[in-house]
Amino acid sequence: MSKKFIGGLLLAILVGLAFYYQAIKGEDVVIDDGVTKVGFIYIGPIGDMGWSYEHDKARLAVEAEFGDQVETTYVESVPESQDAERVITELAQDHDLIFTTSFGYMNPTLKVAEAFPNVKFEHATGYKRNDNTSIYSARFYEGRHLIGLIAGGMTKTNTIGYIASFPIPEVVRGINAAYLAAISVNPTVEFKVIWLNTWFDPGKEADAAKALIDQGADVIMQHTDSPAAMTVAEQEGVYAFGQASDMIAYGPNAQLTSIIDNWAPYYILRTKDIIDGTWKSTDTWGGIDSGMVELAKISDKVPTVIKNLVEQANEGIVNGTLHPFTGPINKQDGSVWLVEGEVASDGDLLGMAFYVEGIDGMLPN
Amino acid sequence: MFKLEPRNEQSLFFVYFSPFISVIMSIFAGAVMFMVLGENPVEAMKIIFINPLKSLFGLSELMVKATPLIIIAIGLSLGFKAGVWNIGAEGQYTIGALCSGSLALALYPISGFWVLPLVLIAGIIGGSIWAAIPALLKTKFNTHEILVSLMLTYVAILLLSVMVHGPLRDPDGFNFPESRLFHYSALLPILIEGTRAHIGTIFALIIVFGAYVIMGKHVIGYQIRVSGESSKALSFSGYSKKTIIWICFLTSGALAGIAGAIDITGPVGQLVPSIPVGYGFTGIIVAFLGRLNPVGILFSGILLALTYIGGEAAQIKMSLPSAITGVFQGMLLFFLLATDVLVNYKIKLKRFFK
Repeated sequence: MSKKFIGGLLLAILVGLAFYYQAIKGEDVVIDDGVTKVGFIYIGPIGDMGWSYEHDKARLAVEAEFGDQVETTYVESVPESQDAERVITELAQDHDLIFTTSFGYMNPTLKVAEAFPNVKFEHATGYKRNDNTSIYSARFYEGRHLIGLIAGGMTKTNTIGYIASFPIPEVVRGINAAYLAAISVNPTVEFKVIWLNTWFDPGKEADAAKALIDQGADVIMQHTDSPAAMTVAEQEGVYAFGQASDMIAYGPNAQLTSIIDNWAPYYILRTKDIIDGTWKSTDTWGGIDSGMVELAKISDKVPTVIKNLVEQANEGIVNGTLHPFTGPINKQDGSVWLVEGEVASDGDLLGMAFYVEGIDGMLPN
Repeated sequence: MFKLEPRNEQSLFFVYFSPFISVIMSIFAGAVMFMVLGENPVEAMKIIFINPLKSLFGLSELMVKATPLIIIAIGLSLGFKAGVWNIGAEGQYTIGALCSGSLALALYPISGFWVLPLVLIAGIIGGSIWAAIPALLKTKFNTHEILVSLMLTYVAILLLSVMVHGPLRDPDGFNFPESRLFHYSALLPILIEGTRAHIGTIFALIIVFGAYVIMGKHVIGYQIRVSGESSKALSFSGYSKKTIIWICFLTSGALAGIAGAIDITGPVGQLVPSIPVGYGFTGIIVAFLGRLNPVGILFSGILLALTYIGGEAAQIKMSLPSAITGVFQGMLLFFLLATDVLVNYKIKLKRFFK
C-alpha cells in the first residue's frame, strides 16, 4: 500500500466522519413513556455472592415492589476508571434514577449528574453530593461489633484471621470495631490481618484464608466479597463469617453468621420518591436500626451465653444505648482517642485511618 | 479428510485478509451464541456493533476508548516485529499515568499553558523508564523479557496503589484512596463540546502516521523488520540486536506511558488505584489483529474499543452478562490465530479412494 493511498484513505475517513457527525448531531432524544426507569452500576459481577450480589437482590426487590411501574437495568463489573463515566452517561440518557454502588464511582457520578440535571443519582459509600446526587452507606461497623463478640467467644487458639481489602476508613473501622468487641469478651484475643488490595479475587482470598489458618487462626473474618474464604474454612474445619450476603451454602459448618447488606428498603424508598416526585438529595448512613445491616441466622454451634450477649448488643445499638466505639479507647501508638464514656463522632469514623491499641501490625499507608 | 500442506511462499491473500475473516467468523460464532441464549442475533449484533456508531455520544466514547489502545498497540507492534516481546505495556501505562499524575498534583494549583505538555512528558519518561528495566536485564543478563516485563506490571499496579493510598491521597478526601481532581491546566482540551472526546485522539493519529513513516521509510524501521526475520542479517547491517532491543522497549514504553498520561489527563482527571484496566493486554490483541501494521492497528483498535462499548450496551439493552466483551475479544484472537495458519499452509482435501 502506498503512502498516497493511505493518506487518501485517512482523509476519506475523516471527511466521512465529519458528514456523519453533522447527520447525527442532536439525535439523542429521551423518550418518556411514563415508566420509571432505574439503573444500577455494580463493581463486581452479580454472581460475586457478596457486595454486588446484594445490590442486585435489592434491584429485584424494587422490581417486585413496583411491578409494571418501574423498569430496571444493571451493568456489572464496571471498573472504577475512565469506563465508569461512560456507563453512567449511557444510563442517564433514558433513566430517571441511577444507583452507582461503589466508592470509586463518586467523581464520575457527580460529573454525569451535572450534565443531566433532570436525572437523579444515588452514590453508595462516597462523601460528595449535589442537588441531584444523594449519598448513602451503611454502618457496617455495627455488624462488625456483633460478629466480633461471637469471634472472641468462639476462638480456641485466641487468634482471629482477618482478610481485608483496601486500607480505607470503612475497612479499618470494621477491623477496629470487631477487635474491640472481641477483646471485650476475650482479653487474650489476637488479630492477624492480611491486606489484599482487591474487593473480589477468589484465588487471593482463598490463599489468604489458608495463610491465616496456618498461622493459627481458627476464626476467619473477611472484608472482601467472594465466598472463597468461607469455602476454605469449611474444608479446614475452622469458623468463618460471611460478608455482605448469607454464605451458609459455602460453609454449612463453618459459618457462624454473616453480615448482610440489605439495600432493598432504601432502594424501594428512593424509587418511591421518584414515582411520587418527592425525591430530594440526602445523606444517609443507616445502621442495624434502619435494616440496612442485618445478621444471618447465628449458627447453633454458638453457645447461648454468647448468643444472648449478641442479642443484648443488638438491642443496645438499635435503641441507641450502645455505640461500638465508646471510650476509653487508645490509638495503636498509645495516644488517647476517646476518653472514658466518650462516643466517637461520625466525622472521626468516616476518616478513620488508624488501628486501635492492641492490634499488631502496620496499617498499609 | 483434510490435510495441512506447507505453501511454497506466504499467501499474501491471507496476510491481509485473515483479520477480516476472523472478524466475520467471530460475528457468526457470536450470533450462534446469542441464538443459544435465546436472543435475536441480528438485534444483538446491531446493539453491539452498529448502535454505538449511530450517536455522537457513542462515537466520542469510541474515540476515548480506542485512543490508548491504538497508541499502546503501535508501540508493541515495533517490538513484536523485531521479535522483542514486551508483554508489560500495562505496567508502563500505569507508571506513565502515575508519573504524569504526580507531576500534575505537584504543580497544583499552578495554571499555565506549559503545565499540560510537562505532565504528558512526565508520562512518556515514566513509561520509558519502566520499560528500560526489562531491556537492561535482557541486554546485560539475558533474562527473558516476557517474564520480566509481565511481572513488572504487577509491581507497577501495586506501586500506583501505594502512592494513591499514601502520599498522593486527596488531603480533603477522608483518607479515601484517590488523588484530588487535577487543575484544569493539566487536563487535555476537549475536541467535541459536550463529550469526552479529547485531543489525545489527534496524538494517536499522529503516532499512527509517524509509525507508518518510520516502519516503511526510515532505516530504523528497516532494521527492526530485519531483526525480526533474521538476527544474522541484522549483524551484517551494522546494528546490534541490543540496540534494537533498547529501541523497541524504550519506544513501546514511551507510547504506553503517554497512553496512561492521556487517560488520566483526559477522561479520568485524577489518580485512582483502578486506572489500569487491561489496555496493555488488550493492546496485544490490537497489535496482532492489525497485522503489526500501523494502519491495521488503527482499525483493530477501533474494533476492540467497539467490543467494550457494545458489550456495555448489550448489558443495558438486553440484560446480557458483562462477559460478552471478553467472549468477543477472545473469539477475535482465536479465529485470527486459526486463520493465520493459512498464511503458511494450505488446506488439501484428501481423497478417500485412490
